[in-house]
Amino acid sequence: MPTGRNPATVVDIQDARELEPVLSPDAIAVYQVEDASIDPFKLSLENMAQAQALGSRLLRHTRLVGFDRDRRRINSARVQDVKTGEEMVIEPEMVVNAAGAWAGEVAALSGISFQILYSKGSLLVTDRRITRRIINRLRDPSDGDILVPGGTVSILGTTSVRVDSLEDIRPTPDEIDLIVDEGSAMIPILDKARYIRAYAGVRPLLKPEIEENDRSASRGFTLLDHARDGLENFVTIPGGKLTTYRFMAEKTADLVCERLGIQKPCRTRTEPLPSTEAGKWTEPGLGPRGWIKAKDPENPILCECEMVPKSSVAHIIEDARARGDRLDLRAIGLRSRVGKGSCQGTFCGKRVMAYMVEQGEFGGQTALNHLRDFLESRWSGERSVLWGEQMVQAELKEALYCGLSDLERWSLSEEKRSRNG
Amino acid sequence: MAEGASIECDLVVVGRGMAGMAATLFAANRGISTVQVGMIGEIIFASGCLDLLAFPSPETEAPLDDPWAAIDLLSQEMPEHPYTRMKREEIKAALDEIVSFLNAQGLPYINQPGQNVEMITPLGTVKQTYYAPESMGEGIEALREKAPCLLIDFHGLTDFSATQMAATLTDVWPNIRSARVSFPGNAENRELIPGDIMAETMELSKNRAELAQAVKPLVGNARVVGVPAVMGMKGTREILSDIKNQIGVPVFEIPTFPVSVPGLRLNETFAHGLLKKGVKRLLQTRVLRADPSNDGTFVLHTGKSEPEMTLHTRGVILATGRFWSRGLVADRNGIREPLLNLPVHQPEKRDQWHRERFLDLRGHPVNRAGVETDALFRPLSETGEPGFERLFAVGAILAHQDWKRMKCGSGLAISTAYKAVEAFSKMG
Repeated sequence: MPTGRNPATVVDIQDARELEPVLSPDAIAVYQVEDASIDPFKLSLENMAQAQALGSRLLRHTRLVGFDRDRRRINSARVQDVKTGEEMVIEPEMVVNAAGAWAGEVAALSGISFQILYSKGSLLVTDRRITRRIINRLRDPSDGDILVPGGTVSILGTTSVRVDSLEDIRPTPDEIDLIVDEGSAMIPILDKARYIRAYAGVRPLLKPEIEENDRSASRGFTLLDHARDGLENFVTIPGGKLTTYRFMAEKTADLVCERLGIQKPCRTRTEPLPSTEAGKWTEPGLGPRGWIKAKDPENPILCECEMVPKSSVAHIIEDARARGDRLDLRAIGLRSRVGKGSCQGTFCGKRVMAYMVEQGEFGGQTALNHLRDFLESRWSGERSVLWGEQMVQAELKEALYCGLSDLERWSLSEEKRSRNG
Repeated sequence: MAEGASIECDLVVVGRGMAGMAATLFAANRGISTVQVGMIGEIIFASGCLDLLAFPSPETEAPLDDPWAAIDLLSQEMPEHPYTRMKREEIKAALDEIVSFLNAQGLPYINQPGQNVEMITPLGTVKQTYYAPESMGEGIEALREKAPCLLIDFHGLTDFSATQMAATLTDVWPNIRSARVSFPGNAENRELIPGDIMAETMELSKNRAELAQAVKPLVGNARVVGVPAVMGMKGTREILSDIKNQIGVPVFEIPTFPVSVPGLRLNETFAHGLLKKGVKRLLQTRVLRADPSNDGTFVLHTGKSEPEMTLHTRGVILATGRFWSRGLVADRNGIREPLLNLPVHQPEKRDQWHRERFLDLRGHPVNRAGVETDALFRPLSETGEPGFERLFAVGAILAHQDWKRMKCGSGLAISTAYKAVEAFSKMG
């Protein structure tokens, strides 16, 4: 149970450097606190899987395009499948807006406006795990002051930059340089470490919450009951931090239940989130352990950086099929370690794409479009850390896909063919 | 090798990729005493095809059938491209000299004079090239005629999927099918990696018989059969002809992702031929330091990681390639040439190196970064004049080209190497 206090114990500097040998020799004091990290892919997949198991429906790749409302209620929501363009109408009793940074845009579709400010934060991913524990620099929250282990890699962050729009959210070279320089003061080897990706997220900040510092502002949360704005079946839960997300969900669900006349208490605080098949393969090392144990000659490794065998990919595909879902290459990447290693999809991208064609998941005509999407999704994270070894990697990737295989030309020839009838 | 050993020569070629191999061969053919230094080159990743030019700019909408017409367009599309420094006759002479050497060494190449040809890639796309290994010839012809074709792959070879390639190709080549068989001697279907071991397996006639026996019942109406390019290191012509005789239709090779056997064949063929011509090659050795002397000569310190040997030479050809082979090095502050610290033409800021989309048709600006030279391919110093009388830079390290997008890698390597060696040999 959270106590609101995080007890800190003093650690002798010599002992600390034995526990984490990469710590700066310039450290003047070290404290140990209770801390933990999560696998965000697994957490998302398990949340979705539990919600589905309890009877909710998940519409992936689906965008809200509008609400139809009368004076007091939202009567229906119009959504569109972004892949097929097909529209669908949902008639809900209650609408919960948990769209994060997009919460303001979603609310605006109902005619309600509140102002959200955007604070962009950028992070870097190293090619290997640098420390066992989370390492924080002991100062007021600032740029480049935390290194978090994430399975086989470490994640270094972060920055806080106010942005006006949700378009073009990406780490800038200045942010990257700042993070690397600041991180190196805490852990000197970060200066020469190999970074395989960088990415940026947006912290949504509700206007009245804003204090001096964007980082400290958002740990609390506000549940907006839009009954006060005249819409009695619409609530927004903006902002917040991962640490409190279950608590935020509970408060939101309590309000929804009250409106729906349901008396039962919320069970999230007593029932842990179950581990599910769907989230299993995001765990580094799980695929290889099973693979080594089985020694099946017909189960080759498809992703060598992260040692993902064919059977893991097969398992993910089967699991999705059982729920009536079809996955593309990007979705395989989100559900496993495929493409997350230092080659960033150079070899596994082609192999997994070919395997999915062989399994009938998609046809030969769309296969290369899936591959292109997958490579672009990797690229968006690689682009800003391409120096040193990752520049070498990127050059090899382009030599194989463009120099050898003309993949950059693929969609053109497809269009040309359709023009020619 | 004893520390402090030293060699005197006329020319040192640094690099073992296509440009380094070509420069060494041209020098040896002209009687220049030459030493080649370098780690294994990108040649083992090469498809084996010799591209000349298909797109005069990365943005050209469709490939040009005539590579010479494409080269003529460079003066408008990319006026500083290295090809614009050469006459057509020079580029042609360079290619001819390489191809006749490869033919004489038993690695035959084919082309359609004056024409690019279309071939299939390991992704099932179609690309242009100028010279192709003879082993790919039947495939080029069958694609042109859209002849009924069977693509074969092997259990355990995850890098090569005939099923996917055929499914992707069927739109442009309707009569294409695929089938999977066990690779000879691999009844357990263990994992396979393309490379010399698979190639050498095919050198044995009993293995060819095993493959032919598996493929024969699958041929059906196919008039030609495509296989991964692992059909032997040296005897490819005999291997393909042997299988053809057993299954009744011609067989052709398709390039694979690395390790590329056609690339290994090029490497072996050059190595063998250069040895016969008396070239000294310091293999798995790099130039650790290059010191220009006041009299215009160079002292190069070479070794694996510690200096082992000193080379005294009148001339140096840098064929060190780009980032993959460390001919160029990128760090957060910029791109540099590590051996002689030559000026590197590059975008002003790191943020401009790459486009936001990997496959952006305009190509990445960083691809056009590199060493700028005079018309004889001598690197320019800060003053805009060649920094050294007898220092040359050839191949992918050069600025103002994007070989991956324009499909000019081998042509660029071979022709610039030719021009540099010709220039050096005339300097006396």
